[in-house]
Amino acid sequence: MSEAATPLGRFWADFKDSPVAVVALVVVVAIVVLAIGAPWISPQNPYDLGGLSLLDARRPPGHIGTGGYVHWLGTDAQGRDLLSAILYGLLISVQIGFMAGCVALAVGASLGVIAAYAGGLIETLIMRIVDLQLSFPAILLALVLVALLGQGKAQLVTALVAAQYAYFARTAYGAATTERRKDYIEAATATPLSRTRVIFRHLLPNCMPPLIVVATVQIANSISLEATLSFLGLGLPVTEPSLGMLISNGFVYMMSGRYWISVYPGIALIVLIVAINLVGDQIRDQLNPRLRR
Amino acid sequence: MSGYIIQRCLQAVVVMFAMSVIVFVGVYAIGNPMDVLIPLDAPQDVRALIIARFGLDLPLWKQYLVFLGNVAQGDFGRSFVYAIPVLDLIVSRLPATLELTLAAVIGAAAIGVPLGIWAGYRPDALSSKTIMGVSILGFSVPTFWVGLILILTFAVWLGWLPAGGRGPVDVVLGVEWSIFSLEGLSHLLLPAVNLALFKLAMMIRLARAGTREVMLTDTIKFARAAGLSEGTIVRHHVLKLIAVPIVTVFGLELGSTLAFAVVTETIFSWPGVGKLIIDSITSLDRPVMVAYLILVALLFVTINLLIDLAYAVLDPRVARSRAA
Repeated sequence: MSEAATPLGRFWADFKDSPVAVVALVVVVAIVVLAIGAPWISPQNPYDLGGLSLLDARRPPGHIGTGGYVHWLGTDAQGRDLLSAILYGLLISVQIGFMAGCVALAVGASLGVIAAYAGGLIETLIMRIVDLQLSFPAILLALVLVALLGQGKAQLVTALVAAQYAYFARTAYGAATTERRKDYIEAATATPLSRTRVIFRHLLPNCMPPLIVVATVQIANSISLEATLSFLGLGLPVTEPSLGMLISNGFVYMMSGRYWISVYPGIALIVLIVAINLVGDQIRDQLNPRLRR
Repeated sequence: MSGYIIQRCLQAVVVMFAMSVIVFVGVYAIGNPMDVLIPLDAPQDVRALIIARFGLDLPLWKQYLVFLGNVAQGDFGRSFVYAIPVLDLIVSRLPATLELTLAAVIGAAAIGVPLGIWAGYRPDALSSKTIMGVSILGFSVPTFWVGLILILTFAVWLGWLPAGGRGPVDVVLGVEWSIFSLEGLSHLLLPAVNLALFKLAMMIRLARAGTREVMLTDTIKFARAAGLSEGTIVRHHVLKLIAVPIVTVFGLELGSTLAFAVVTETIFSWPGVGKLIIDSITSLDRPVMVAYLILVALLFVTINLLIDLAYAVLDPRVARSRAA
């Protein structure tokens, strides 16, 4: 193999060695593309009530509906084409997961780096709160917050961020405490650069590798948490039907053997989450110095 | 040392106070319990009577002080929905949750640790890779989805096991159990498996990571050089060396499993504390929510306190560095 020049090139060269991870990455990209393209590629707009017919309700996969096309994955209780509903649901799930992951990364990483750089009282205060929160299960925290904040996208993302930023803060803090003792930070501090600039332009970028691993895993976790909350009826409002809600709606019909309403959205959800986790796993192994060959 | 212990206990008390304020104010902020309690067509005087009876006419800080005073006497108020003292309600649901949690965590450890040791001992074997693949699934797949699939497979399609509920219980030592009858066990099996899967994946990973590191140490090289059989090495050295983190996590996980039980209990209609909290969130049963959250906070603060104190006892450097 040719020696790649940039760190990113080296990283990609290592990444390519794991076929599982490459397949997983392809799946993630494909799902994101499908989700974003949902309004154009799905056979039906599942939330245009005028396009739905109750004659098509709860039909098994392969049924040819009144619309004249095949419902490959069947229809739900309102006569919605499940394939379309899944594509739209994926879009909502991906959006929520990505937003929650990014905001949690920004908030958590900033807090962790600031704690490590500032030291003293600020460090104790921030890290005490973070540690306290880490000992508390994220799902319970998110559950309570969603119950308190009410339903809605912004509320849900807030709850997910509040439940997850602590992981980023811990990781950033760990990386930053080692980084800040290095000479380049001392050199930067000696120059007339502002503290903010030293923290965010010099310290933070060098703490990114472990944070990227956490971010990958946390995006998957956000998607899973969102689905769980929506399944429990506490996540998004009915007007924003994510995958969790589709699964929840189908649960009642599952007992009578109409499995597809719950099962197919669930499969879509799991493929997405597992693929993200597999990519994250590979990145983690590559960045772990103890497993370096 | 005693200074550290006192400091740590005080911290725990402060945290509990902060939690009680946050929970009380937060729960107060959702919905208006009067809408749930009082029928819309109730006459004005009945309305006022009910509001006064639940103390809902007082300012928030007064309600909090009344609440705090009552809690100090072990009185969390009465449930709006069940009209019985909240503490009695939660205590009556506790055995079901504890039984489910214990069954799940013990099962996960008993199966996960041996699998993890094997995967760490032979990291490149096909069986190990399969085990790790399955463990990624256990981590990734949401609990509620596994629950659905378990119900679909074993209750709907195969019809072997009941889809939900707790089934008959036997009273042993004053507590209701379902593990003493076959019927009860059949109700416990699916939810316990559901709750255990995540823990199982975690135990496998912990045991594997520990084993992989231990296998590279001089201890193992020396044991091999001394001519010990591989079985003896794994049983006597590897297991002992990886035991400490596993036991720690095992203890910690008991707490967080209680939290995951919320989801499992809802899916399987398991009449435990988790289902109670979801039901009370949907019906805006404020006293139950407040009491549950405060008890859970108390549980976690206590677990953390005990862990910190245990570490301080085991490693005196911790106490010295933190007390400084």
